[in-house]
Amino acid sequence: MTPGPGVTVVRARLPTQLRDLAGVGGEVELEILGAVTLASVLETLEAQFPVLKGTIRDRATGKRRAFIRFFVGEADLSNVSPDAALPEAVARGQEALVVVGAMAGG
Amino acid sequence: MSRVRLLVGTRKGAFVLTSDGKRQSWQVDGPYFGGWEMYHLKGSPLDPDRIYASQSNGWFGQLVQRSDDGGKTWTAVGNDFAYQGDVGTHMWYDGSSRPWEFTRIWHLEPSPDEPDTVFAGAQDAALFRSTDGGGTWHEMTGLRRHATGPAWQPGAGGLCLHTVLLRPGAPWWMAVAISAAGVFRSDDGGESWRPANNGLRSEGVLPDPDAYEGHCVHKLAVHKAFPDVLFMQKHWDVMRSDDSGGTWREVSGNLPSDFGFAIDVHAHEPETVYVVPIKSDSEHYPPEGKLRVYRSRSGGDEWEPLTQGLPQANCYVDVLRDAMSVDSLDPCGVYFGTTGGQVYASSDAGDSWSAAVRDLPPVLSVEAQTLP
Repeated sequence: MTPGPGVTVVRARLPTQLRDLAGVGGEVELEILGAVTLASVLETLEAQFPVLKGTIRDRATGKRRAFIRFFVGEADLSNVSPDAALPEAVARGQEALVVVGAMAGG
Repeated sequence: MSRVRLLVGTRKGAFVLTSDGKRQSWQVDGPYFGGWEMYHLKGSPLDPDRIYASQSNGWFGQLVQRSDDGGKTWTAVGNDFAYQGDVGTHMWYDGSSRPWEFTRIWHLEPSPDEPDTVFAGAQDAALFRSTDGGGTWHEMTGLRRHATGPAWQPGAGGLCLHTVLLRPGAPWWMAVAISAAGVFRSDDGGESWRPANNGLRSEGVLPDPDAYEGHCVHKLAVHKAFPDVLFMQKHWDVMRSDDSGGTWREVSGNLPSDFGFAIDVHAHEPETVYVVPIKSDSEHYPPEGKLRVYRSRSGGDEWEPLTQGLPQANCYVDVLRDAMSVDSLDPCGVYFGTTGGQVYASSDAGDSWSAAVRDLPPVLSVEAQTLP
Protein backbone atom coordinates (compact mmCIF):
# COMPACT_ATOMS: atom_id res chain seq x y z
CA MET A 1 0.00 0.00 0.00
CA THR A 2 1.36 3.40 -0.94
CA PRO A 3 0.75 6.10 1.63
CA GLY A 4 -0.88 9.33 0.52
CA PRO A 5 0.95 12.62 0.23
CA GLY A 6 2.34 13.84 3.55
CA VAL A 7 1.68 10.47 5.16
CA THR A 8 4.45 8.42 6.79
CA VAL A 9 4.00 4.80 7.76
CA VAL A 10 5.49 4.15 11.19
CA ARG A 11 5.94 0.89 13.04
CA ALA A 12 5.11 0.60 16.73
CA ARG A 13 5.63 -2.32 19.08
CA LEU A 14 3.47 -2.66 22.18
CA PRO A 15 3.91 -4.66 25.37
CA THR A 16 2.02 -7.93 25.51
CA GLN A 17 -0.81 -6.69 27.70
CA LEU A 18 -1.55 -3.78 25.38
CA ARG A 19 -1.32 -6.03 22.33
CA ASP A 20 -3.93 -8.26 23.96
CA LEU A 21 -6.14 -5.27 24.70
CA ALA A 22 -5.87 -3.96 21.16
CA GLY A 23 -6.25 -7.40 19.64
CA VAL A 24 -3.07 -7.19 17.62
CA GLY A 25 -0.06 -9.42 17.31
CA GLY A 26 3.49 -8.24 16.74
CA GLU A 27 3.94 -4.71 15.47
CA VAL A 28 1.29 -2.29 14.28
CA GLU A 29 1.69 0.05 11.33
CA LEU A 30 0.40 3.57 11.71
CA GLU A 31 -0.13 6.17 9.02
CA ILE A 32 1.11 9.48 10.40
CA LEU A 33 -0.04 12.66 8.72
CA GLY A 34 2.57 15.39 9.07
CA ALA A 35 5.49 15.42 11.48
CA VAL A 36 6.51 12.11 13.01
CA THR A 37 6.67 12.86 16.73
CA LEU A 38 5.89 10.86 19.83
CA ALA A 39 2.66 12.84 20.18
CA SER A 40 1.53 12.26 16.61
CA VAL A 41 2.34 8.56 16.78
CA LEU A 42 0.44 8.10 20.05
CA GLU A 43 -2.52 10.11 18.78
CA THR A 44 -2.72 7.91 15.71
CA LEU A 45 -2.27 4.76 17.77
CA GLU A 46 -5.12 5.78 20.12
CA ALA A 47 -7.35 6.77 17.20
CA GLN A 48 -6.81 3.40 15.58
CA PHE A 49 -7.16 1.48 18.86
CA PRO A 50 -9.37 3.52 21.21
CA VAL A 51 -9.08 0.89 23.93
CA LEU A 52 -5.51 2.10 24.46
CA LYS A 53 -6.59 5.59 25.49
CA GLY A 54 -5.35 6.23 28.99
CA THR A 55 -3.12 3.16 29.12
CA ILE A 56 0.07 4.78 27.83
CA ARG A 57 -0.43 8.42 28.74
CA ASP A 58 -2.85 10.40 30.82
CA ARG A 59 -6.02 11.21 28.92
CA ALA A 60 -6.25 14.79 30.11
CA THR A 61 -2.62 15.91 30.31
CA GLY A 62 -0.97 13.65 27.76
CA LYS A 63 1.72 12.91 30.34
CA ARG A 64 3.43 9.53 30.04
CA ARG A 65 2.28 7.04 32.68
CA ALA A 66 4.96 6.54 35.28
CA PHE A 67 5.89 2.95 34.38
CA ILE A 68 5.82 3.41 30.61
CA ARG A 69 8.99 3.91 28.60
CA PHE A 70 9.60 4.69 24.92
CA PHE A 71 12.58 3.33 23.00
CA VAL A 72 13.87 3.52 19.45
CA GLY A 73 16.67 1.04 19.08
CA GLU A 74 18.78 1.54 22.19
CA ALA A 75 17.78 5.17 22.63
CA ASP A 76 15.47 5.90 25.57
CA LEU A 77 13.10 8.63 24.44
CA SER A 78 10.92 8.51 27.53
CA ASN A 79 11.78 12.00 28.64
CA VAL A 80 12.06 13.62 25.23
CA SER A 81 9.47 16.27 24.41
CA PRO A 82 6.41 14.61 22.84
CA ASP A 83 6.53 17.23 20.11
CA ALA A 84 10.15 16.58 19.13
CA ALA A 85 10.73 14.71 15.87
CA LEU A 86 11.37 11.00 16.34
CA PRO A 87 14.64 9.64 14.88
CA GLU A 88 14.74 9.49 11.10
CA ALA A 89 14.98 5.70 11.26
CA VAL A 90 11.39 5.61 12.57
CA ALA A 91 10.09 7.73 9.71
CA ARG A 92 12.02 5.56 7.22
CA GLY A 93 10.48 2.39 8.72
CA GLN A 94 13.89 1.01 9.72
CA GLU A 95 13.12 1.12 13.44
CA ALA A 96 9.94 0.71 15.42
CA LEU A 97 8.84 2.92 18.26
CA VAL A 98 8.85 0.48 21.16
CA VAL A 99 6.46 1.05 24.06
CA VAL A 100 7.72 -0.74 27.16
CA GLY A 101 6.14 -1.47 30.51
CA ALA A 102 9.03 -0.77 32.86
CA MET A 103 10.29 -3.59 35.02
CA ALA A 104 8.70 -3.18 38.42
CA GLY A 105 7.64 -5.55 41.14
CA GLY A 106 4.20 -6.94 41.75
CA MET B 1 -32.70 -26.19 38.35
CA SER B 2 -31.02 -23.03 39.54
CA ARG B 3 -27.32 -22.50 39.16
CA VAL B 4 -24.79 -20.30 40.91
CA ARG B 5 -22.04 -18.30 39.29
CA LEU B 6 -19.21 -16.77 41.31
CA LEU B 7 -17.35 -13.79 39.88
CA VAL B 8 -13.91 -13.79 41.43
CA GLY B 9 -11.48 -10.89 41.10
CA THR B 10 -7.84 -11.52 42.00
CA ARG B 11 -4.52 -9.71 41.94
CA LYS B 12 -3.65 -11.39 38.66
CA GLY B 13 -6.85 -11.93 36.75
CA ALA B 14 -10.52 -12.81 36.98
CA PHE B 15 -12.16 -16.20 37.31
CA VAL B 16 -15.72 -17.37 36.81
CA LEU B 17 -16.86 -20.35 38.87
CA THR B 18 -20.11 -22.13 38.12
CA SER B 19 -22.05 -24.87 39.84
CA ASP B 20 -25.48 -26.38 39.81
CA GLY B 21 -27.90 -25.78 42.66
CA LYS B 22 -26.22 -28.39 44.85
CA ARG B 23 -23.10 -26.22 44.94
CA GLN B 24 -20.82 -29.16 45.60
CA SER B 25 -18.57 -29.09 42.53
CA TRP B 26 -17.38 -26.08 40.62
CA GLN B 27 -16.19 -25.43 37.11
CA VAL B 28 -13.43 -22.85 37.08
CA ASP B 29 -13.00 -20.69 33.97
CA GLY B 30 -10.19 -18.19 33.59
CA PRO B 31 -7.98 -16.44 34.14
CA TYR B 32 -9.53 -13.59 32.23
CA PHE B 33 -7.28 -10.54 31.91
CA GLY B 34 -4.31 -12.49 33.25
CA GLY B 35 -1.75 -10.31 35.00
CA TRP B 36 -4.21 -7.50 35.72
CA GLU B 37 -5.59 -6.59 39.12
CA MET B 38 -9.31 -7.28 39.01
CA TYR B 39 -10.65 -5.35 41.96
CA HIS B 40 -14.30 -6.14 41.39
CA LEU B 41 -16.75 -7.85 39.05
CA LYS B 42 -20.50 -7.57 39.41
CA GLY B 43 -23.51 -8.60 37.38
CA SER B 44 -26.63 -6.56 36.73
CA PRO B 45 -29.60 -7.48 38.92
CA LEU B 46 -31.75 -6.98 35.81
CA ASP B 47 -29.66 -9.12 33.48
CA PRO B 48 -27.21 -11.48 35.19
CA ASP B 49 -25.39 -12.09 31.93
CA ARG B 50 -24.36 -8.45 31.85
CA ILE B 51 -21.25 -8.25 34.01
CA TYR B 52 -18.96 -5.31 34.66
CA ALA B 53 -15.33 -5.76 35.66
CA SER B 54 -12.74 -3.32 36.98
CA GLN B 55 -9.36 -4.03 35.41
CA SER B 56 -6.25 -2.11 36.41
CA ASN B 57 -2.56 -2.26 37.08
CA GLY B 58 0.25 0.11 37.87
CA TRP B 59 1.63 0.13 34.34
CA PHE B 60 -1.40 0.77 32.21
CA GLY B 61 -3.99 2.23 34.56
CA GLN B 62 -7.71 1.61 34.61
CA LEU B 63 -10.02 -0.15 32.21
CA VAL B 64 -13.58 -1.36 32.56
CA GLN B 65 -14.69 -4.52 30.82
CA ARG B 66 -18.25 -5.55 30.12
CA SER B 67 -19.61 -8.95 29.25
CA ASP B 68 -23.10 -9.47 27.85
CA ASP B 69 -22.90 -13.26 27.82
CA GLY B 70 -22.22 -14.18 31.40
CA GLY B 71 -18.46 -13.73 31.27
CA LYS B 72 -17.64 -15.78 28.18
CA THR B 73 -16.58 -12.77 26.11
CA TRP B 74 -15.65 -9.26 27.16
CA THR B 75 -15.46 -5.81 25.62
CA ALA B 76 -13.49 -2.88 26.99
CA VAL B 77 -15.86 0.03 27.57
CA GLY B 78 -15.14 3.53 28.84
CA ASN B 79 -12.23 4.34 31.11
CA ASP B 80 -12.30 8.13 31.21
CA PHE B 81 -12.73 8.82 34.92
CA ALA B 82 -12.14 12.55 35.00
CA TYR B 83 -12.75 14.53 38.17
CA GLN B 84 -14.96 17.45 37.28
CA GLY B 85 -14.15 21.11 37.70
CA ASP B 86 -11.67 22.49 40.19
CA VAL B 87 -10.09 19.31 41.53
CA GLY B 88 -9.29 20.66 45.01
CA THR B 89 -7.44 18.76 47.71
CA HIS B 90 -7.91 16.17 50.40
CA MET B 91 -5.67 15.44 53.36
CA TRP B 92 -2.63 13.20 52.94
CA TYR B 93 -1.30 10.78 55.56
CA ASP B 94 1.00 13.42 57.03
CA GLY B 95 -1.75 16.00 57.33
CA SER B 96 -0.73 18.00 54.28
CA SER B 97 -3.18 18.85 51.50
CA ARG B 98 -2.91 16.83 48.30
CA PRO B 99 -4.78 17.20 45.00
CA TRP B 100 -7.34 14.52 44.27
CA GLU B 101 -5.90 12.00 41.86
CA PHE B 102 -7.60 9.06 40.20
CA THR B 103 -5.95 5.71 40.85
CA ARG B 104 -8.47 2.94 40.24
CA ILE B 105 -12.05 1.73 40.49
CA TRP B 106 -12.59 -0.37 43.59
CA HIS B 107 -16.23 -1.24 43.17
CA LEU B 108 -18.87 -1.43 40.43
CA GLU B 109 -22.55 -1.35 41.33
CA PRO B 110 -25.05 -1.92 38.52
CA SER B 111 -28.41 -0.20 38.99
CA PRO B 112 -31.32 -2.35 40.14
CA ASP B 113 -33.69 -0.25 38.02
CA GLU B 114 -31.95 0.83 34.82
CA PRO B 115 -30.16 -1.84 32.77
CA ASP B 116 -27.61 0.56 31.30
CA THR B 117 -26.85 2.45 34.51
CA VAL B 118 -23.88 1.46 36.65
CA PHE B 119 -21.99 3.24 39.42
CA ALA B 120 -18.26 3.11 40.07
CA GLY B 121 -16.47 3.85 43.33
CA ALA B 122 -13.00 5.32 42.85
CA GLN B 123 -9.73 5.95 44.61
CA ASP B 124 -9.25 8.86 45.38
CA ALA B 125 -12.76 8.72 46.73
CA ALA B 126 -15.30 9.72 44.12
CA LEU B 127 -18.48 8.29 42.68
CA PHE B 128 -18.99 7.97 38.94
CA ARG B 129 -22.12 7.05 37.03
CA SER B 130 -22.59 5.65 33.55
CA THR B 131 -25.99 5.55 31.87
CA ASP B 132 -24.77 3.86 28.70
CA GLY B 133 -23.51 0.53 29.95
CA GLY B 134 -20.09 1.81 30.96
CA GLY B 135 -19.32 3.63 27.72
CA THR B 136 -18.99 7.04 29.35
CA TRP B 137 -18.60 8.03 32.98
CA HIS B 138 -19.57 11.21 34.79
CA GLU B 139 -18.52 12.15 38.28
CA MET B 140 -21.29 12.78 40.79
CA THR B 141 -19.50 15.79 42.14
CA GLY B 142 -21.69 16.51 45.14
CA LEU B 143 -19.95 13.80 47.11
CA ARG B 144 -16.31 14.76 46.64
CA ARG B 145 -17.19 18.42 47.03
CA HIS B 146 -18.86 17.84 50.38
CA ALA B 147 -17.71 20.43 52.90
CA THR B 148 -15.73 17.77 54.76
CA GLY B 149 -13.90 16.56 51.62
CA PRO B 150 -10.71 18.55 52.17
CA ALA B 151 -10.34 16.74 55.53
CA TRP B 152 -10.76 13.21 54.19
CA GLN B 153 -7.65 11.08 54.71
CA PRO B 154 -6.79 7.75 53.08
CA GLY B 155 -6.79 4.49 54.97
CA ALA B 156 -3.83 2.18 54.60
CA GLY B 157 -5.22 0.91 51.30
CA GLY B 158 -5.84 4.36 49.88
CA LEU B 159 -8.71 6.85 49.93
CA CYS B 160 -11.16 4.45 48.35
CA LEU B 161 -14.89 4.47 47.79
CA HIS B 162 -15.59 0.78 48.14
CA THR B 163 -19.31 0.40 48.88
CA VAL B 164 -22.35 1.66 46.98
CA LEU B 165 -25.81 0.81 48.33
CA LEU B 166 -28.85 1.30 46.09
CA ARG B 167 -32.52 0.53 46.60
CA PRO B 168 -34.71 -0.95 43.86
CA GLY B 169 -37.48 1.46 42.98
CA ALA B 170 -35.94 4.30 44.99
CA PRO B 171 -33.25 5.84 42.81
CA TRP B 172 -33.14 8.96 45.00
CA TRP B 173 -31.68 6.96 47.92
CA MET B 174 -28.00 6.10 47.89
CA ALA B 175 -25.32 5.39 50.45
CA VAL B 176 -21.59 5.02 49.98
CA ALA B 177 -18.71 4.13 52.27
CA ILE B 178 -15.22 5.52 52.03
CA SER B 179 -12.07 4.44 53.79
CA ALA B 180 -11.27 6.52 55.80
CA ALA B 181 -13.98 9.14 55.55
CA GLY B 182 -17.01 7.11 56.61
CA VAL B 183 -20.56 6.66 55.37
CA PHE B 184 -22.36 9.28 53.30
CA ARG B 185 -26.03 9.27 52.30
CA SER B 186 -27.98 10.97 49.59
CA ASP B 187 -31.74 11.40 49.37
CA ASP B 188 -31.72 13.18 46.01
CA GLY B 189 -30.13 10.67 43.67
CA GLY B 190 -26.56 11.66 44.47
CA GLU B 191 -26.82 15.42 44.03
CA SER B 192 -26.08 16.17 47.68
CA TRP B 193 -24.70 14.08 50.50
CA ARG B 194 -24.49 14.11 54.25
CA PRO B 195 -22.34 12.08 56.65
CA ALA B 196 -24.08 9.13 58.30
CA ASN B 197 -21.60 8.26 61.01
CA ASN B 198 -23.42 9.13 64.21
CA GLY B 199 -22.50 6.56 66.83
CA LEU B 200 -19.24 5.40 65.27
CA ARG B 201 -16.25 5.56 67.57
CA SER B 202 -12.62 5.23 66.51
CA GLU B 203 -10.61 5.35 69.71
CA GLY B 204 -6.90 5.37 69.18
CA VAL B 205 -7.43 6.06 65.47
CA LEU B 206 -8.96 9.55 65.40
CA PRO B 207 -8.03 12.49 67.63
CA ASP B 208 -11.75 12.86 68.32
CA PRO B 209 -13.08 9.30 68.54
CA ASP B 210 -16.66 10.51 68.03
CA ALA B 211 -15.86 12.63 64.99
CA TYR B 212 -18.69 12.99 62.53
CA GLU B 213 -16.51 11.91 59.64
CA GLY B 214 -13.09 10.33 59.19
CA HIS B 215 -13.99 6.81 60.32
CA CYS B 216 -12.41 3.90 58.51
CA VAL B 217 -15.49 1.99 57.36
CA HIS B 218 -14.46 -1.26 55.71
CA LYS B 219 -17.77 -2.53 54.33
CA LEU B 220 -21.55 -2.21 54.57
CA ALA B 221 -24.15 -4.93 54.09
CA VAL B 222 -27.93 -4.88 53.91
CA HIS B 223 -30.83 -7.28 53.43
CA LYS B 224 -32.84 -6.12 50.45
CA ALA B 225 -36.18 -6.69 52.19
CA PHE B 226 -35.15 -4.53 55.15
CA PRO B 227 -33.26 -1.66 53.58
CA ASP B 228 -33.25 0.50 56.71
CA VAL B 229 -31.15 -2.05 58.61
CA LEU B 230 -27.48 -1.63 57.75
CA PHE B 231 -24.57 -3.67 59.04
CA MET B 232 -21.00 -2.42 59.03
CA GLN B 233 -17.56 -3.91 59.46
CA LYS B 234 -15.53 -0.95 60.58
CA HIS B 235 -11.75 -0.95 60.93
CA TRP B 236 -12.46 -1.99 64.50
CA ASP B 237 -16.06 -2.77 65.56
CA VAL B 238 -19.01 -4.42 63.90
CA MET B 239 -21.88 -1.93 63.85
CA ARG B 240 -25.60 -1.87 63.14
CA SER B 241 -28.01 0.87 62.15
CA ASP B 242 -31.79 0.51 62.18
CA ASP B 243 -32.45 3.88 60.60
CA SER B 244 -30.57 3.80 57.30
CA GLY B 245 -27.35 4.99 58.86
CA GLY B 246 -28.86 7.78 60.95
CA THR B 247 -27.38 6.26 64.09
CA TRP B 248 -25.11 3.29 64.68
CA ARG B 249 -24.56 0.98 67.64
CA GLU B 250 -21.88 -1.59 68.19
CA VAL B 251 -22.85 -5.27 67.88
CA SER B 252 -19.39 -6.84 68.10
CA GLY B 253 -20.48 -8.82 71.16
CA ASN B 254 -18.43 -11.97 71.71
CA LEU B 255 -16.35 -11.87 68.52
CA PRO B 256 -12.72 -12.91 69.13
CA SER B 257 -11.67 -9.76 67.26
CA ASP B 258 -13.88 -7.00 65.95
CA PHE B 259 -11.36 -6.04 63.28
CA GLY B 260 -12.10 -7.34 59.80
CA PHE B 261 -13.11 -6.40 56.32
CA ALA B 262 -15.93 -8.54 54.93
CA ILE B 263 -19.54 -8.63 56.10
CA ASP B 264 -22.75 -9.94 54.54
CA VAL B 265 -26.34 -10.80 55.37
CA HIS B 266 -28.19 -14.09 54.80
CA ALA B 267 -30.45 -13.92 51.75
CA HIS B 268 -33.60 -15.04 53.61
CA GLU B 269 -32.90 -14.26 57.27
CA PRO B 270 -32.40 -10.51 57.71
CA GLU B 271 -31.01 -10.93 61.23
CA THR B 272 -28.39 -13.49 60.19
CA VAL B 273 -25.07 -11.79 59.58
CA TYR B 274 -21.62 -13.11 58.65
CA VAL B 275 -18.18 -11.67 59.38
CA VAL B 276 -14.63 -13.03 59.28
CA PRO B 277 -12.70 -11.72 62.30
CA ILE B 278 -9.11 -10.72 61.61
CA LYS B 279 -6.65 -10.36 64.46
CA SER B 280 -5.65 -6.73 64.03
CA ASP B 281 -4.80 -3.97 61.60
CA SER B 282 -1.13 -4.84 61.78
CA GLU B 283 -1.68 -8.61 61.67
CA HIS B 284 -3.96 -9.23 58.74
CA TYR B 285 -4.72 -12.86 59.56
CA PRO B 286 -7.26 -14.74 61.65
CA PRO B 287 -6.86 -14.98 65.44
CA GLU B 288 -4.97 -18.10 66.54
CA GLY B 289 -4.33 -19.11 62.95
CA LYS B 290 -7.90 -20.45 62.72
CA LEU B 291 -10.03 -19.38 59.79
CA ARG B 292 -13.48 -18.89 61.25
CA VAL B 293 -16.58 -17.27 59.84
CA TYR B 294 -18.74 -15.91 62.62
CA ARG B 295 -22.50 -15.94 62.24
CA SER B 296 -25.02 -14.02 64.29
CA ARG B 297 -28.65 -15.06 64.07
CA SER B 298 -29.73 -12.15 66.25
CA GLY B 299 -28.58 -9.24 64.14
CA GLY B 300 -25.32 -8.97 66.05
CA ASP B 301 -24.07 -9.11 69.65
CA GLU B 302 -24.17 -12.92 69.84
CA TRP B 303 -21.91 -14.74 67.42
CA GLU B 304 -21.09 -18.39 66.77
CA PRO B 305 -17.94 -19.65 65.05
CA LEU B 306 -18.38 -21.64 61.84
CA THR B 307 -15.39 -23.89 61.37
CA GLN B 308 -16.41 -27.12 59.67
CA GLY B 309 -14.30 -27.50 56.55
CA LEU B 310 -12.16 -24.43 57.24
CA PRO B 311 -8.49 -24.69 58.29
CA GLN B 312 -8.22 -24.56 62.06
CA ALA B 313 -4.44 -24.45 62.37
CA ASN B 314 -1.62 -22.51 60.76
CA CYS B 315 -3.90 -20.37 58.63
CA TYR B 316 -2.67 -16.81 58.09
CA VAL B 317 -4.70 -15.50 55.20
CA ASP B 318 -6.86 -12.39 55.04
CA VAL B 319 -10.39 -11.94 53.69
CA LEU B 320 -10.76 -8.56 52.00
CA ARG B 321 -13.74 -6.23 52.01
CA ASP B 322 -15.41 -7.25 48.76
CA ALA B 323 -14.52 -10.92 49.07
CA MET B 324 -17.73 -12.26 50.66
CA SER B 325 -21.09 -12.83 49.03
CA VAL B 326 -24.30 -14.85 49.37
CA ASP B 327 -26.58 -16.48 46.82
CA SER B 328 -30.37 -16.50 47.04
CA LEU B 329 -31.00 -20.24 46.99
CA ASP B 330 -32.52 -22.10 49.91
CA PRO B 331 -30.53 -22.99 51.94
CA CYS B 332 -28.54 -19.82 51.43
CA GLY B 333 -25.07 -20.22 49.94
CA VAL B 334 -22.25 -18.21 51.46
CA TYR B 335 -18.90 -17.62 49.75
CA PHE B 336 -15.63 -15.92 50.53
CA GLY B 337 -12.17 -15.65 49.02
CA THR B 338 -8.84 -15.33 50.77
CA THR B 339 -5.52 -13.70 50.08
CA GLY B 340 -4.16 -17.26 49.94
CA GLY B 341 -6.16 -17.90 46.77
CA GLN B 342 -8.90 -20.10 48.18
CA VAL B 343 -12.58 -19.53 47.49
CA TYR B 344 -14.64 -21.26 50.18
CA ALA B 345 -18.26 -22.17 49.56
CA SER B 346 -21.00 -23.18 51.93
CA SER B 347 -24.31 -24.52 50.59
CA ASP B 348 -25.88 -24.70 54.06
CA ALA B 349 -25.78 -21.11 55.29
CA GLY B 350 -22.32 -21.50 56.77
CA ASP B 351 -22.68 -24.73 58.72
CA SER B 352 -20.04 -26.42 56.58
CA TRP B 353 -17.51 -25.27 54.02
CA SER B 354 -15.39 -26.61 51.22
CA ALA B 355 -12.96 -24.99 48.82
CA ALA B 356 -14.51 -24.35 45.42
CA VAL B 357 -10.96 -23.65 44.26
CA ARG B 358 -7.86 -23.19 46.34
CA ASP B 359 -4.80 -21.96 44.47
CA LEU B 360 -5.80 -18.74 42.75
CA PRO B 361 -3.85 -15.49 43.08
CA PRO B 362 -4.84 -13.43 46.14
CA VAL B 363 -8.60 -12.91 45.99
CA LEU B 364 -9.85 -9.33 45.97
CA SER B 365 -13.56 -9.85 45.42
CA VAL B 366 -16.25 -12.49 45.20
CA GLU B 367 -19.76 -11.88 43.92
CA ALA B 368 -22.38 -14.64 43.79
CA GLN B 369 -25.04 -14.72 41.12
CA THR B 370 -28.09 -16.97 41.36
CA LEU B 371 -29.11 -18.03 37.88
CA PRO B 372 -32.34 -19.63 36.69
